[in-house]
Amino acid sequence: MVIPMAGSGTSHLRPSEKPLLTVENLTVEFPARRRKVVSAVSNLSFDLLPGETLGLVGESGCGKSSTGKAIIQLPPPTSGTVTLGNTELTALSGKELRQQRTRLQMIFQDPISSLNPRKNVFDIVEEPLRIWNLGDAEERDRRVTECLHAVGVDVDGARERKPHEFSGGQCQRISIARAVVTEPELIICDEPVSALDVLVQAQILNLLEEMKQRFGLTLVFVAHDLAVVKNISDRVAVMYLGKICEIGPSEAIFSNPAHPYTEALLNAIPVPDPSVQVDSSDHLRGDLPSPIDPPAGCRFHTRCERATDVCSRVEPQMAPVGDGHYVACHHPLITPVEISGSVGTSVTPAD
Amino acid sequence: MTSEETPVGTLPGTGALLDVRDLSTKFDSPRGAVRAVSNVSLSLERGQTLGIVGESGSGKSVLSRTIMGLLPRSTASVTGEIIFEGEDISGFSDDQYRQFWGTEMAMIFQDPMTALNPVMKIGKQITESLRRHMGMDRTTAHDTAVELLRSVRIPEPAKRFDVYPHQLSGGMRQRVVIAVALACGPRLLLADEPTTALDVTIQAQILDLLEDQQRERYMAMILVTHDLGVVAGRAHKIAVMYAGRIVESAPTRKLFADMKMPYTEALMSAIPRLDAPPHTKLSAIRGRPPQLVNPGPGCAFAPRCPYARDLCSEERPVLRPVEDDPDHLFACHYPVDSAESIEIKDHLRAEQMVAEAAGGGDSDGW
Repeated sequence: MVIPMAGSGTSHLRPSEKPLLTVENLTVEFPARRRKVVSAVSNLSFDLLPGETLGLVGESGCGKSSTGKAIIQLPPPTSGTVTLGNTELTALSGKELRQQRTRLQMIFQDPISSLNPRKNVFDIVEEPLRIWNLGDAEERDRRVTECLHAVGVDVDGARERKPHEFSGGQCQRISIARAVVTEPELIICDEPVSALDVLVQAQILNLLEEMKQRFGLTLVFVAHDLAVVKNISDRVAVMYLGKICEIGPSEAIFSNPAHPYTEALLNAIPVPDPSVQVDSSDHLRGDLPSPIDPPAGCRFHTRCERATDVCSRVEPQMAPVGDGHYVACHHPLITPVEISGSVGTSVTPAD
Repeated sequence: MTSEETPVGTLPGTGALLDVRDLSTKFDSPRGAVRAVSNVSLSLERGQTLGIVGESGSGKSVLSRTIMGLLPRSTASVTGEIIFEGEDISGFSDDQYRQFWGTEMAMIFQDPMTALNPVMKIGKQITESLRRHMGMDRTTAHDTAVELLRSVRIPEPAKRFDVYPHQLSGGMRQRVVIAVALACGPRLLLADEPTTALDVTIQAQILDLLEDQQRERYMAMILVTHDLGVVAGRAHKIAVMYAGRIVESAPTRKLFADMKMPYTEALMSAIPRLDAPPHTKLSAIRGRPPQLVNPGPGCAFAPRCPYARDLCSEERPVLRPVEDDPDHLFACHYPVDSAESIEIKDHLRAEQMVAEAAGGGDSDGW
């Protein structure tokens, strides 16, 4: 297999398992001043099987939201491909892409500003159906009622009231209802619980899980809180400065982190247990470097305690460290394994 | 490693630094008086940290602003005593408060962008209070400010002195806010959700920084948050607020080891745990905090409480100490470990197991 010159490789993709979403070599760049370029996402690859939840996790500025937006082509990525089912979204023209829109939906971080303040809530949830001329008035009414009911928003209240009359948690429920109303296959959740209290957060996480079962959804869940991501995800991709540094099954990432950055993120989570000593020496120092001029080699080397000379020169490639668990690091916390097979891991139980 | 809870009153220079007695804050509204804070009493020793925990609308921010004297007098009416260093400050005039802020008590807010003046260089925002309160001349104030920026671990402090807030990241801005608050060496720092707007990694850095500064300066701190995880490793004492009242308070370890109030339990069990497997259903209580206009006669938490019985909606439980432990107070008719609550808990658990057995099997990981 030819190792690509840039990026961390694609060895972690699972083409043999018929993914719903495949993202390959995704790059998102924004123009900055003085003809410089902000590379928000660089050569990112991952895939998502039907019914799976992928957690994208990292600090602000790591490109996780840009990735989510590039998947729904808002705006389209600078380069790379996004394939949903058999449709390559990145190859479509504006009109063709529009036809695919009902298959993808998004839930945003700020529940209040993502809802039209001048419409009543029932109309907000109905709008996608009207745009797509799905069903007659009666069917639409039934569908909206069903969705509002599913997310636990009072339907009669929704007909009369506008978003500002609802709490943040309620607004997030309304966003979820709006997202599921067109029966999408994939929903991108961009930090859907970051603005919420712990109690409301728990309600929304449970609700998303319920919606996923009920409507057969596949989710991309973007968040910076690892504990939240672990709770909801089957698979987790840890991002740093526009790249994936580790990807794998949720359980493996958390019980056995391979990348020093993942470990640092884990150490930063406050533990609700006073007998656990807070050890500030475990906490990551410094800020994220500028994405205008990212560090050469491994982008994490400027903050990494394990960094050596090679880290500043050579970009690490994705290498397997366990079943479906890959890391891009020269000095991973667990040693890479040799895979006998070529691509994809077979699903034979007990080996 | 750490010594067990230091018995209250053994620290040097003792006597409580802050003693809040029966404090209530009401706001006028067209619908009637909003009782944002009701009959709160608490005390804080020098050098110690008190965590105030509750969800949005529980009154924790109004309480900290009341203590700080930041509420508009035209709409807020405050009763009760706020005794700081033996002096009741609740009746202070604006002028008295102006002398007091910064030097005795300072506050840091949730959103570092709006807390800083966007059109003033950050250095100036620090020297402003140094020159006013400490009477420093321009150069001394400049040098002190650079030192402060260094102490809050801002890299290249001399250079950063001349930047505007928008040129800094959220975490850096919050450091500047902390530097401003610490400038005149306050004895009490009120931190109102200081890390809620920040990433986990930056949150950890900021909390570490606050803890270091607190230790160095022997400063007391009130840490207001909705996340029990944030205060668990940091606060000596925790007060849980609901609907404007303290519903449970205890030294941190005691609170976590022996929660009495169902609301505290709910806050605790809503936190996603790293040691739980993926897709663990979180125990989320329904509903939201109640309206604070014309509260009913019963416990404000009763409508959301899994253990509530008839008595709970009829009679408001008083804040009372746990038997043999005057430090641990709670307000509940049927605390978490009472026979009545355990009975309901067992019942709920059985129901959940039935539900899981019925709903299970449709997803197995992938």
